[in-house]
Amino acid sequence: MTVAGTPAVATRVGRPFLGGRRFSLDWVGVLPFFAYVGIFLLLPTAVVGIGAFFNADGSFTLDNYAHLSRSYVFKATITTTLLSLVTALGGAFFGALLAYAIVTGNPNGMLRRLVVSASGVLAQFGGVTLAFAFIASIGSAGFVYLFAQSHGFDYYAHGIWLFELSGVALVYLYFQIPLMVLVFLPALDGIKPQWREATESLGGNTWHYWRYIAGPILFPSFIGAVLLLFANSFSAYATVNALINQGSPVLSQQIAAAISSEVGAAEPGFAKAIAIEMIVIVTVVTILYTLLQRRTARWL
Amino acid sequence: MKFARLTRHLGLAVVAFVVVTACGSTSSGTATCSTAKTATSASACGGMDALVAAAKAEGKLNVIALPRDWANYGAILDGFTAKYGIAITSDNPDGSSQDEVNAVQQLGTTSRAPDVLDVGMAVALANLTLFAPYKVATWSDILDTQKEPTGLWFQDYGGFMSIGYDSSKVPAITTMDDLLKSNYRGKVALNGNPKQANAALNGVMMANLASGGTLDDISKGVDFFHRLKQAGTFVPVQATTATVKNGTTPVVFDWDYLSAAHGKDVPAWKVFVPNNAILGGYYAQAINKNAPHPAAARLWEEYLYSDEGQNLWLKGLARPVRQAAMEKSGKVDKTAAAALPAVSGTPKFMSADQATAAKNYVVAHWDAAIS
Repeated sequence: MTVAGTPAVATRVGRPFLGGRRFSLDWVGVLPFFAYVGIFLLLPTAVVGIGAFFNADGSFTLDNYAHLSRSYVFKATITTTLLSLVTALGGAFFGALLAYAIVTGNPNGMLRRLVVSASGVLAQFGGVTLAFAFIASIGSAGFVYLFAQSHGFDYYAHGIWLFELSGVALVYLYFQIPLMVLVFLPALDGIKPQWREATESLGGNTWHYWRYIAGPILFPSFIGAVLLLFANSFSAYATVNALINQGSPVLSQQIAAAISSEVGAAEPGFAKAIAIEMIVIVTVVTILYTLLQRRTARWL
Repeated sequence: MKFARLTRHLGLAVVAFVVVTACGSTSSGTATCSTAKTATSASACGGMDALVAAAKAEGKLNVIALPRDWANYGAILDGFTAKYGIAITSDNPDGSSQDEVNAVQQLGTTSRAPDVLDVGMAVALANLTLFAPYKVATWSDILDTQKEPTGLWFQDYGGFMSIGYDSSKVPAITTMDDLLKSNYRGKVALNGNPKQANAALNGVMMANLASGGTLDDISKGVDFFHRLKQAGTFVPVQATTATVKNGTTPVVFDWDYLSAAHGKDVPAWKVFVPNNAILGGYYAQAINKNAPHPAAARLWEEYLYSDEGQNLWLKGLARPVRQAAMEKSGKVDKTAAAALPAVSGTPKFMSADQATAAKNYVVAHWDAAIS
């Protein structure tokens, strides 16, 4: 890969020059892409961001952004960030272990194909369906709980934690771990067995291999995957809403409360301001992810 | 470069396709009764038969936020289609009243916009400019306090706030304070978030009245739920038909007509209305002024306010607005009326100002009180 621009310029000069300067239409090829990004990403963001500067009767206001300092929004921001962080780290840890177990097996084996296709399905299994699956199985009237209770094991003795943040975190792991398997497998596949052999022929042991070879190579894509999982749970709504309907602990629920209140508490501008707050947080996360992706690409 | 040329052609093709589809814009069917859009009664449209003909010509009706298991709406939707042969598109059945209004505003004059709305009073009063005035044939049966004089909105059905419970799982409830006892640990739920849902806000208001509060100040109700939370009896999950059926929420604050419907799934389901806190509430009908099917929208209202439509609501254990008049004329479905939960005492109704004060307090204090 050439880094300096000089060789490219030399090539162009060396090419036979036919006629005058021709108007290139090559950019038309990327037009659909930019139209797509513009219509589905930039335009809505702009509409939301600008809309947050107006109140219900259409006059300019800074109140919506100022209201982000309300105590319950502040609390929801902390809760959402912590919940996303915990489920991202937990999902990444267990997902990476599972992915490693698969990679060490037969690359065309039954186990690998089974786990990968199951992960593809389970990573998309979320929302009310997933939440109710948990309620119906381990919930306070679920068959697992009733069975455990009748055998003297009351796991809700200190409160029904399924309807608290710890329960939400458990349910999130159900789609976070498979997603981690999907995004982390390619990175693990990039690790070549020869590197291990080279380490050993140079007198290194397992610790040296992980500390100086595999660890540094996998670390950026591991962190990249953590950030992806973070964004994944950060934006989740239906799953948590089906478990904790009261108190709107996460930001996406605060948006819902402000946008679809039938008791007259609708504050669409405020909902937009919360959305912008979420976009800012996710943008920071995405930038970090991109920077790290670039680093991974340099290594592998 | 081959690839660049290929992508360029592909790009041009996509652009051309987008332009072509954008130009071929859709247009909705026209009604035979040309005045349907502005008709303020069936006679203004040339009488009931002309309205039916015009509605049949439109052939479609868009409704929104009507759950099939809510106040017998499933049977009502099917009954309308069977009677007039008009297909109904039912959008977002579990949506809130505000979702209905949002849809009216966002879908504007498109053919997908909702034709008719069934909204809580707070939303109805806040959005008068979106509605077309219309008076159904049975207009005079509706009390003056239950309708807007020109017909922008008119109340349709209602009931009383209640506590429903599965008597096979929890002891009978005789006072509100029973819910603080350990027998009810992790079992008490609301139908929705009171910051969003009308039924839940009224649930908090009922607890408020039972705790000695007034309609003007809901703080004792919020405090009651705070105490439930501390006692460990309140669960934050939203009560739905599924959670009641499966037993996750065996005690639910909800409108009596919605609660009584759980009896289908849970035979031991009982509905309790505390004598010291009888809180009534009615929903209202309104027609979207930009209704894409104006005649069908008006015919739908005529159907709802006919004896047939009113009795269908009654079968869903909702109290239809014409119930008193129909009891007088003898047209009421007596079996259905007898199945309503018994209520003794004078019901209270929140005024618009009281509802506003209640929601302001709840928006500011609810999240902190129950977390």
